[in-house]
Amino acid sequence: MQLDSKAPGGPIETRWDRHRFSLKLVNPANKRKHTVIVVGSGLAGGSASATLAELGYNVKCFCFQDSPRRAHSIAAQGGINAAKNYHNDGDSIYRLFYDTVKGGDFRSRESNVYRLAQISVNIIDQCVAQGVPFAREYSGYLDNRSFGGAQVSRTFYARGQTGQQLLLGAYQALERQVGAGKVQMFPRTEMLDLIVIDGKARGIVTRDLITGKIESHLADAVVLGTGGYGNIYYLSTNAKGSNATAIWRAHKRGALFANPCYTQIHPTCIPVSGEYQSKLTLMSESLRNDGRVWVPLKRGDQRPPAKIPENERDYYLERRYPSFGNLVPRDVASRNAKAVCDEGRGVGESGLAVYLDFRDAIERLGRHVIRERYGNLFDMYERITGENPYLTAMRIFPAIHYTMGGLWVDYNLMSTIPGLYVIGEANFSDHGANRLGASALMQGLADGYFVLPNTIGDYLASNKFEAIPSSHPAVREAETQVTCIARRLLETKGSRSVDSFHRELGKLMWDYCGMSRTAEGLEHALSQIPALREQFWREVRVLGNGEELNQSLEKAGRVADFFELAELMCMDALDRNESCGGHFREEYQTADGEAARDDSHYSYSAAWEFHGVGNAAELHKEPLVFEYVHPTQRSYK
Amino acid sequence: MRLTLHIWRQRNAQEKGRMVRYEVPNVNQDMSFLEMLDVLNEDLIAKGEEPVAFDHDCREGICGMCGFMINGVAHGPLRGTTVCQLHMRHFRDGQELYLEPWRARAFPVMRDLVVNRSAFDRLIAAGGFISVSTGSAPDGNAILVPKENCDRAMDAAACIGCGACVAMCPNASASLFMGAKISHLGLLPQGRPERDKRVVAMVSQSIAEKFGSCTNIGECEAVCPKEIRLEVIARMNRDFLRATWTGRGVSRDEAEQVSNNSLAESRR
Amino acid sequence: MSSAAVAPLHRAVRFYAAPIGKKAVMAITGVILFGYVVGHLLGNLQIYAADHDQINRYAAFLHDPGRATLLWGVRALLLLSVVAHITASVQLWVLKREARPIGYVKKDDVPAAYAARTMLWSGPIIAAFIIFHILHLTAGSVLPLQEIAPNQPDVRANVISGFQHPAVALFYIVAMLLLCLHLYHGVWSMFQSMGVSHPRYTTGLKRFAAICAIAIAAGNISIPIAVMTGLLSN
Repeated sequence: MQLDSKAPGGPIETRWDRHRFSLKLVNPANKRKHTVIVVGSGLAGGSASATLAELGYNVKCFCFQDSPRRAHSIAAQGGINAAKNYHNDGDSIYRLFYDTVKGGDFRSRESNVYRLAQISVNIIDQCVAQGVPFAREYSGYLDNRSFGGAQVSRTFYARGQTGQQLLLGAYQALERQVGAGKVQMFPRTEMLDLIVIDGKARGIVTRDLITGKIESHLADAVVLGTGGYGNIYYLSTNAKGSNATAIWRAHKRGALFANPCYTQIHPTCIPVSGEYQSKLTLMSESLRNDGRVWVPLKRGDQRPPAKIPENERDYYLERRYPSFGNLVPRDVASRNAKAVCDEGRGVGESGLAVYLDFRDAIERLGRHVIRERYGNLFDMYERITGENPYLTAMRIFPAIHYTMGGLWVDYNLMSTIPGLYVIGEANFSDHGANRLGASALMQGLADGYFVLPNTIGDYLASNKFEAIPSSHPAVREAETQVTCIARRLLETKGSRSVDSFHRELGKLMWDYCGMSRTAEGLEHALSQIPALREQFWREVRVLGNGEELNQSLEKAGRVADFFELAELMCMDALDRNESCGGHFREEYQTADGEAARDDSHYSYSAAWEFHGVGNAAELHKEPLVFEYVHPTQRSYK
Repeated sequence: MRLTLHIWRQRNAQEKGRMVRYEVPNVNQDMSFLEMLDVLNEDLIAKGEEPVAFDHDCREGICGMCGFMINGVAHGPLRGTTVCQLHMRHFRDGQELYLEPWRARAFPVMRDLVVNRSAFDRLIAAGGFISVSTGSAPDGNAILVPKENCDRAMDAAACIGCGACVAMCPNASASLFMGAKISHLGLLPQGRPERDKRVVAMVSQSIAEKFGSCTNIGECEAVCPKEIRLEVIARMNRDFLRATWTGRGVSRDEAEQVSNNSLAESRR
Repeated sequence: MSSAAVAPLHRAVRFYAAPIGKKAVMAITGVILFGYVVGHLLGNLQIYAADHDQINRYAAFLHDPGRATLLWGVRALLLLSVVAHITASVQLWVLKREARPIGYVKKDDVPAAYAARTMLWSGPIIAAFIIFHILHLTAGSVLPLQEIAPNQPDVRANVISGFQHPAVALFYIVAMLLLCLHLYHGVWSMFQSMGVSHPRYTTGLKRFAAICAIAIAAGNISIPIAVMTGLLSN
């Protein structure tokens, strides 16, 4: 298969403009004759549904939550980047583009990233107009902060709830179209298969989570905005319901899956406290702006943090990276935390944590300033751990947070199945091997508000869409498949709960395909996963039936897909014999322990084609060309 | 520690439910409330009993998916906290807890502790938005917003739509939810042009959804996990009274419809 | 959207159809009744005047046949307010029952709102008291009224002899305590219902409500206490 990225050439500044001009338009009167299915209602799916409906298309939008407002975009805390240069501090579209390509460790497509930086400016305008209460200065102008290692202040924020506010903006725009009758909303409905007819995506099969009814929905195009697959690790900062089922089943229908091994670890999460732990809670990394990260110099130092004198503390980030200090990118901060814990200098009961200390910041700025900046995060920390971070140092540890990999898409955000578009975290497009802080919200909204609504018209205008009867064999086949999976899960009647399998898979993935990986470990995981998968299908216990609200059955289907995806992730990680961004292979590091990229062999996106469960996937490469930002070794020293 | 739980079990929206007693013998005080229920569910599955259905998603207190009554208080005893962020250290060994779903005509129970809150979405669809289509926005700094207004708008916008206000309100009123949205948008200059229409539409929708009325009791405010203040309801009242007094906030079509309806009623 | 041409009648229908409209009616009638209660208290306190005839003169002033229209006008307004206040509250109560057909097995109340939650029974008891109070001191159906002259009751004597019955005095005191609760919530609630509210004023409004409620109850309760302790006597 030849991968055509359709990325335009020529001067990068005008690529998107020229590309848009080359796209065919759908006559306004014809737009209402097209129906588009959007799966997912987060920043990407919600904004796309609203915008497509505003343009005049009929939209059917699906989400598994009880309301589109609950998509996990809501949990993003820190902010959203935009190259507004309101602070006159040297920011520009080009700088945001440069930072993103570099931050992604030169594993992303330049054209896409430049477009993202261009659109970032419009996103802020759109969100302000919708009533997103971004933080303001006393003058009434928008406030910005510097975030996640950026040296300019380009991050717009709404307290610690930026994701929530942006999502509510998109949700309100979506509900406006629901009220206008242009969007039909299907909450508590899960996509379980993609319907492909004559090589084109023409619909989806869904399960109504309340009644258990399996149904098919047909349309002219299908858009997936279903988020990432970080929950494969069981413990992650994702919502409990976040899953890979939609993209995985689309992958099984022919969409290539790109760079599955690129996973991002977030350095500032609340550490695990026990076996019962169900998820990890992230605290915005803006905390690193004022907090100092340290561990005791001595191994196994059990004294409380306040009792450890200054000269017995190791502020290891400040020591190793004098110019960036505590603000090094996420992957660097995470890996260093793991390294000091591996040395036995971790703190807390498990030894799997480091301190994030605000003592000096409180002394310097006063408690009220710290409260103003991080009050809600401190409250959250106290609620969860029972410790007061104003009085004692926080304990933090890295956790799986975001997955840069996803379904492969071209410049139009179309996957390798014509008519199947993938937006937001569900695709692989813009972040390369590592995502910068405050860029996920930007990408989700760029795709949903500005890119997809333009590019999808080209596909709709250049194809003919025959009406498909619901009795079409492809529809029937997909429905049967979905019904069979559910029946099989219910009829296994084994002895182990779904969660116990999920935990075991998650542990395996965290240990061997987590923060750092080795060929040996990955091979071990690849030998374990199929056995565990088979055990799952033999021994899983799902009670109840399929014709009712059955949360175990929902989970079981998602975990079944995670087993298959886990294998692909390990395969991809094993295949990529280099370290880059969120993919760190211990064999490939520089003398001082930094990631060693291999541009001569691995400057490509790895897109995998599915050839059946248990069979090796086939690798297709999309070579990456860097005309503007020339690959260099990232250095934050 | 050891807990005794009485949990509302109901198979589906049609069948009747009842309280069922469960013992949870090994509760760790660092668990969240939902993790404690996970442990119970694992036990139930091992015994071959169907697990308790409850809504939850982010478990960070922001998605608004979780929520039920613990001993008659929405989201339990800790103020400003959703059940997913409520930890077991706030309970005593040997305590008996009653877990019930939100109760309101507008929130029918779907199973066990799971209710249908789509009525909230319909309130927003009725008018809880600013009508701006993608692409038509001016520069973000073209609209100045005084910091105080922006902060107050943000206070109101923090609503997570969990429904605790409705569940706790003796009248099952959605006023705090509506007031929060109306205040969030009404405090910003962008939201001003539509505020009459918005309040009239949302209030009408809440009547259609069979939410109760606000009688200024304040239990909603006391259990709101985002600590949204009762003032938002006053703002809604003010907007509504002004819109009805001036007759604004009703489109011409709707006005005719209103007239026809009341004519028809008077003839009956 | 063109602004509406809704006829005033229909506007009123729309207004009252919404619970917020009903609450506004309760607030406006509440203001009228509150004003009356304040006036009534000022009248009552004249019983403490050194001149024992002061309160009787005040009564005669109110009942002057030349001002009968005004008197009956005010009485009609008060009656109308009471009826509207009660009607709206009953309608809201019905709405409440409809909004939650299945109640909780266990429901705890948040302690913040004691006065608010007691409105529904403090209201009816106060209503019953008002009827009793009118029968007692206006119509004279409870105890025989003493008169200075035909159709000119000896208010001071009637009040004092009335409160010398402990049951009457106790009922009066209990009713005034309930009125205190009712007013405490009612006065603040009135601002809330009419949309007068801002984070800066909330504490002030609540304090104002508390002061009014306590002052009115204390002023009125002082009378039976003064009678029973013998401070006031014929």
